[in-house]
Amino acid sequence: MDLSYTPEQEQFRAEVRQFLVEHKADIPAHFGVNRPSDAARAWQRLLIAQGYAARNVPVAYGGAGQPHDIMRAQIIADEFAVARAPLGLVNQGISMLVPTLLELGTEAQKRDWIAPTLRGDVVWCQGYSEPGAGSDLASLTTRAVEDGDDFVINGQKIWTTTAHGADMMFALIRTEPDAPNKYLGISYLIFSMKSPGIEVRPLRTMTGAAEFNEVFLTDVRVPKSQIVGERGQGWKVSNSTLKHERGMLGDPNAALARMRNLLALMTAQSTDGVAIMDMPVFRDRAMRLQGRALAMKCHAMRLLTAADKGEDLPLARMIVKLQATELNHEIATLAVDVLGEAGLAYDDEAHMRANEIWQKRYMFDLGMIIGGGTAQIQRNIIAERGLGLPRELKPARPTAA
Amino acid sequence: MDFALSDDQTLLAEQLEGVMGSLSTLTRVRRHADARAEMFAADLWEGMTRFGIPGLLVPEAYGGLGLDILDAAVVAEVLGRHVVPAPFLGPVVAAPLAIGWGGSGAIKSRLLPRLAGGELRIGLAWSSPAGERNGEAVIERSGRLTGTCPFAIDIAGSEMIVVGSRDGRFHLVDRAAEGLSVTPVTTVDRTRSVAALVLDDVAAEGLALSPSDRLRLDYALQVMLAADLLGSGSRLLESAVEYAKARHQFGRPIGSFQAVQHLCADMAAELEPGRALLWYAAHGLDAGLPDAGESALHAKAYLADAARMASRKAVEVHGGIGITDELGLHYWFKRVTWSGQAFGGAIRTRERVACLHNAAVLPQRGAA
Repeated sequence: MDLSYTPEQEQFRAEVRQFLVEHKADIPAHFGVNRPSDAARAWQRLLIAQGYAARNVPVAYGGAGQPHDIMRAQIIADEFAVARAPLGLVNQGISMLVPTLLELGTEAQKRDWIAPTLRGDVVWCQGYSEPGAGSDLASLTTRAVEDGDDFVINGQKIWTTTAHGADMMFALIRTEPDAPNKYLGISYLIFSMKSPGIEVRPLRTMTGAAEFNEVFLTDVRVPKSQIVGERGQGWKVSNSTLKHERGMLGDPNAALARMRNLLALMTAQSTDGVAIMDMPVFRDRAMRLQGRALAMKCHAMRLLTAADKGEDLPLARMIVKLQATELNHEIATLAVDVLGEAGLAYDDEAHMRANEIWQKRYMFDLGMIIGGGTAQIQRNIIAERGLGLPRELKPARPTAA
Repeated sequence: MDFALSDDQTLLAEQLEGVMGSLSTLTRVRRHADARAEMFAADLWEGMTRFGIPGLLVPEAYGGLGLDILDAAVVAEVLGRHVVPAPFLGPVVAAPLAIGWGGSGAIKSRLLPRLAGGELRIGLAWSSPAGERNGEAVIERSGRLTGTCPFAIDIAGSEMIVVGSRDGRFHLVDRAAEGLSVTPVTTVDRTRSVAALVLDDVAAEGLALSPSDRLRLDYALQVMLAADLLGSGSRLLESAVEYAKARHQFGRPIGSFQAVQHLCADMAAELEPGRALLWYAAHGLDAGLPDAGESALHAKAYLADAARMASRKAVEVHGGIGITDELGLHYWFKRVTWSGQAFGGAIRTRERVACLHNAAVLPQRGAA
C-alpha cells in the first residue's frame, strides 16, 4: 500500500490545479439540457487542447492523443471534482460510440464522426432496449431488410436518453432473422435522427421529467455503409461498449460528496429542538452509509491500481454497479427520512431547491438500480461469471420465424 | 499510488494459508472446541511461532520482524479463514504494541524478545472498547489493581496479562500474582480463549501509553477483528459456492437456481469492498493518516455486518446440513459472531464514528 504519488504526478496535479484557477471564468454555468451549450462546447474544446478530455483519442480524430495513464486520468478527475468543474462533456456518444468506432469502425467512419462527437457538435443517442427486449436484450426484434444499397428499418426503441436532442443514433438492429441463435444476426448501425420515418416520443418517468424517450422507426432508410463492424456481429460490437457504460455508473467521489451533504443536512435540521444528527437511530443509519461509501471509495482505488497494472479483478469489478447504485439510493432514502414532511415539497418549491433535490434523487436513483442491467441481472453475472456457479437453465427458444 | 498488498504481503498470506490449512484442520478445531477445560493449542502456537508470527509487531531491535499493522491484518485474515484456535489478539497484537509504545526500557528489554520468540504469551483484559458492562471495571490505586474484567482474552497459556484500568491506563500483571483469580468463560466461539478476572489489590507494572497510543491500540485491535471477520466470512462464501455447485436437487445443481445464486452474489458484493476498506484502515494506522481511527472503526463495523450476513446466508445455502455439528460450518458462524461483538459490536462501533465525526465537525457538541 502506497497512497502517495510520484513527484511527476504531483507536478502534473499542480498543473491541473493551476489550469483550473486560470480558467475559472471559462467553466460553463449551464451545460445545456438536450444539447451542449456553446459555453459547454467551448469548455470541451479547451479541455481536449489541454489534454484533459478525450485523452486517449488520437489527434487525427480530434482527441488529445495522450498515452494511456490511469493515474493521470484519476488526478484530473479528482482535481476537477475538488474544483467542482465539469470534466468536459459526458454523453453516450463520447463514452460508448467513440470507443466502439476506435476499435471497430472503418477509417471513413472514424474521420466522419469521432471529432464532431468529441467537440459536442454531433449528439448521439443509443438504440438498444426495446419494449420486448430489456434484460434479454439479444431478443430484440427491430429489423432491417436490404433494399438496394440501403437497409430499411422497422421497429421501436425505448429508454433512449437524449433522443429528442440527438443528431444520430447508434443502434442494434436484427439484420439476419434466420441466424442460428439470437446473438448472431444483429448488426450495429448508425444513422441520422433526421431520417424520414423516425418519431421520438418523450417518456415521462415518476420524477415528472422525461429523462428518456421512445423512438419509433418506420421504413427508415440507412446506407449499408453505415454498419459498424461485421454484418451480424453487432452483439459483439455492442458488448465492447456496454463494458464502458458499466464503468460509468459508480462514482465513489460523488457518493462521498452526497454523504457529506447528508451529514450537513442532519446537523442543520432539527425536530422538537433536537438536531437529527443527535438522534441515535438516524445517526446509526448515517454512519452505516458513510462506512459503505468509504468502502466503495477504497474499492475503487483498489480497482484503479489493478487497472494501472493491467490486471483484472473480475469479481471486484462486477459488484460495482450493484453496490454503487444501491448505496446512492439508500443515501437518498435516508435524506428523505431526515427531511420528513419538510422534504415532501417537490418541483419548484424552495425546500426542494435548498435540500439537494433529495426527493428527485430518491426516485431517479431507483431507476439507476434498474438501468444498465438490473440489480437482479447483476447478481446473475456476479454468481455465474464472478463466483463460477453453474449457468441458470435457460428454456429452449423456438427458432425465430 | 499503489492500493494493493505488496508482493511480500501476498506471499506471506499464501504461505500462511498453506501452513494453517494443514495445521488447523476441521478435526483439529473440533478437538479443541470439544475440550471443556481451559485450553491452549500448543501445537498451533508452535506452528505460528515457526512462521515468526509472535514477532510480527515486535521491533527488529528486540528480535521481532518489525512489520506493520497491515502485515498483521493479512495474518489475521488467514487465521480467521481457518478458525485457528490459538491466541493472537493478546500476545501478537496488544502486548507488543502496548509494551513497545508504553513500556520502560527495562520492560521492553525483558519482555519483547521473549514475546518475539513465542515463549512468552500475554493476554489482554480491557473493557473500554466494548464499553464498561454493568459497572464492572478495574481500578488502579497507587500502582495496585482491584476490580473485575468479565471478558479478558487469550488468558489460557499466558504468563502475563495487559490490564486496562478505568482511568484509561495500562498495566502489566503476572498471571500468578497474588490476589488475581481467573475463571475461564465458555463463549459461543470455542476457538477463542476468554476468562473473567477478579483482581484484589494485585501488584502491577505501569505502561505509560499516551492517550493517542491508547486509541491506536484500540484501532489496531478493531482492524485485526475486521481482518478475522473478512477471513471467516470469505471462507463461508467459498463453502456456500462449493456446496451450491455440488449439491443437486430437482435434477440440477442448486447453484443454477437464481434464488441460490443471489444469496451468494449478495455475500460477495458485501464482503468484497470490505477487503479494500480493511487495507485502507490498516494502512492508515501504519502511515498515520488523519482518518485512520474513523476508517478502523468503519472497517470493523462494516465487516461485522457483512460477515454476519455471509454467515447466515452461507448456512441457508447449505440447507439442513448447514446447521449440523458434523459439517462444522458452525465454527465459522460462531467465529463471526464472536469477532463481530468483541471490543464493540457494529452499532456501538458506528456510534463511536459518529462521536469522532461530531467532535471533528462540531467541536462544541463533542461526544454526544
